Amino acid sequence: MNDLSNLSALELRDAIAGGTVSAVRAVDAYLEAIARREPAVGAYNEVLAERAMEQAAAIDRKRQSGRPIGPLGGLPLAIKDNLCTSYGRTTCASKMLANFQAPYTATAVARLEAAGAIVLGKTNMDEFAMGSSTENSGFRPTANPWDASRVPGGSSGGSAAAVSARLCAAALGSDTGGSIRQPAAFCGVVGMKPTYGRVSRFGLVAYGSSLDQIGPVTQNVADCALLLGAIAGGDPADSTCLDRPVGDYLIELEKPIEHLRVGLPREFFSQALDAEIASSIRLAAEVYQSLGATIVDVSLPHSRIDVDGEGKVSSYAVACYYIVAMAEASSNLARYDGVHYGHRTARDVEDIVDLYCKTREEGFGSEVKRRILLGTYALSSGYYDAYYLKALRVRRLIKNDFDAAFGHCDLLLCPVAPTTAFRLGEKTADPLTMYLEDIYTISVNLAGLPGLSLPAGLSKTGLPIGMQLIGPVFSEDRLLRAGRMYEKASGVSGLRPEMTKK
Amino acid sequence: MSRTIEPDMVRHIAKLSRIELSEEQLATFGRQLADILEYFDKLAELDTTNVEPLAHAVEIHNVLAEDTPRPSLSADAALANAPQRDGDFFMVPKVIGDSL
Repeated sequence: MNDLSNLSALELRDAIAGGTVSAVRAVDAYLEAIARREPAVGAYNEVLAERAMEQAAAIDRKRQSGRPIGPLGGLPLAIKDNLCTSYGRTTCASKMLANFQAPYTATAVARLEAAGAIVLGKTNMDEFAMGSSTENSGFRPTANPWDASRVPGGSSGGSAAAVSARLCAAALGSDTGGSIRQPAAFCGVVGMKPTYGRVSRFGLVAYGSSLDQIGPVTQNVADCALLLGAIAGGDPADSTCLDRPVGDYLIELEKPIEHLRVGLPREFFSQALDAEIASSIRLAAEVYQSLGATIVDVSLPHSRIDVDGEGKVSSYAVACYYIVAMAEASSNLARYDGVHYGHRTARDVEDIVDLYCKTREEGFGSEVKRRILLGTYALSSGYYDAYYLKALRVRRLIKNDFDAAFGHCDLLLCPVAPTTAFRLGEKTADPLTMYLEDIYTISVNLAGLPGLSLPAGLSKTGLPIGMQLIGPVFSEDRLLRAGRMYEKASGVSGLRPEMTKK
Repeated sequence: MSRTIEPDMVRHIAKLSRIELSEEQLATFGRQLADILEYFDKLAELDTTNVEPLAHAVEIHNVLAEDTPRPSLSADAALANAPQRDGDFFMVPKVIGDSL
């Protein structure tokens, strides 16, 4: 059997380091899996086969000559297409950047490569990371490997689908409001949004600069620890990245945390939550209890989820998040001007402003336009105080809630998304319905906290259910260890959709 | 679903955003923006008097770097993706006008 998809990234790393599998064979096996399964999934915008094979051969030569191949030596990885690579294209799944070739490589990707990893390709996403289903891709949607009629989640849908369908050993995504954690939950894989400032964002195409973080998407918690260790740490090229020491997240991973206090945010268990997911989270709490943990009832009043008489869902956190994210997006995306790089209109223009307007009309999709317009509105004179400044004040209230909750517990356990993977086209008509996908994930970005999404089992209809662990800033090691405790005790780990077993 | 933002207002925001919109898009965005803004109005329920705005969740103070020259992109690399260039310059249509 040439398919190595039964190996986790960590196992494959060990097999390559030990010489039982060559890096060339590993890349070849994944390229073969891509040839077989990618047409049904559509996870990749670009597969860099030739370059990956060359890199693999170089790793094998290194190993044969007795030189170290690095902690990720020979691992074939997929990279979300909003992370710059000086090879191939970096498109953000936007027509605006369809042919963009970045002049440099993102620090996070460069660190993976310096550790011996091989970039297999760039993965599909919602355009400029704006969306929760990958349906906003300017190219085409990606299918959920568990059910091709359903979305993989988003915006890092391509990365989550690629890991789930075993089209790579592991992947990188980015998370502004849940864009790693929600697709990980929909596809039955592990995803982490690290603390704001834990991972350098140099070379990540900016969307919401006070919210964006890069993080791993992996088959299991140990793989997540492996990748995070490689990408975390200070970077002179990103002044928002904190230069705090990075431990080896694998060293104590198998050691259970004693006297763990697990907080359940009571506001998250409203009628907005699917009953089956709610019971999965409660079951997970029981698993922790059986391991000696204490379950604590905590409150996050400003992340409350309200459901009115007509079933309409609302949340302060969602309103706050979208104002902040859209304001930052309208500013960040001003750089796409048809002058420096990217698309330029071919129509006749009267002057340079006309060039901007026509170029941006053609290059951006509807959701990107909507967010730029709303962000511009929220920042415009007369509305700045009412929307933007108000949102920043509410943001502090949301963060204060977390600070208070962590006075009573070590981490929070809650859902990732209100439902399992929904059908393609189900939520595209009304933008607000799509925004509500993020009700359990956005507060974490607003507060700058780390969040880990991991599988909590399958629904009755056979779709993955995710659970989320949230900790105080820089508690990634705690989240990973707690995640591993659950994995071991529940046996829910390394879930594989049917398509990978054929 | 009844609220909408007047086309003139959407046109004004679109101009500030440097995005050309068709009449049909003006109407669609007018409705959608109104819905979303109505949703945002929920924040008015909260009393935020004396609450300091929070721009960055993790307090980051001034980060200073040594003022020493480092390699940077060559003109060729910086211009490699330019839609139109003239030697070491980006090419644009005429900039002088009254629409700015």
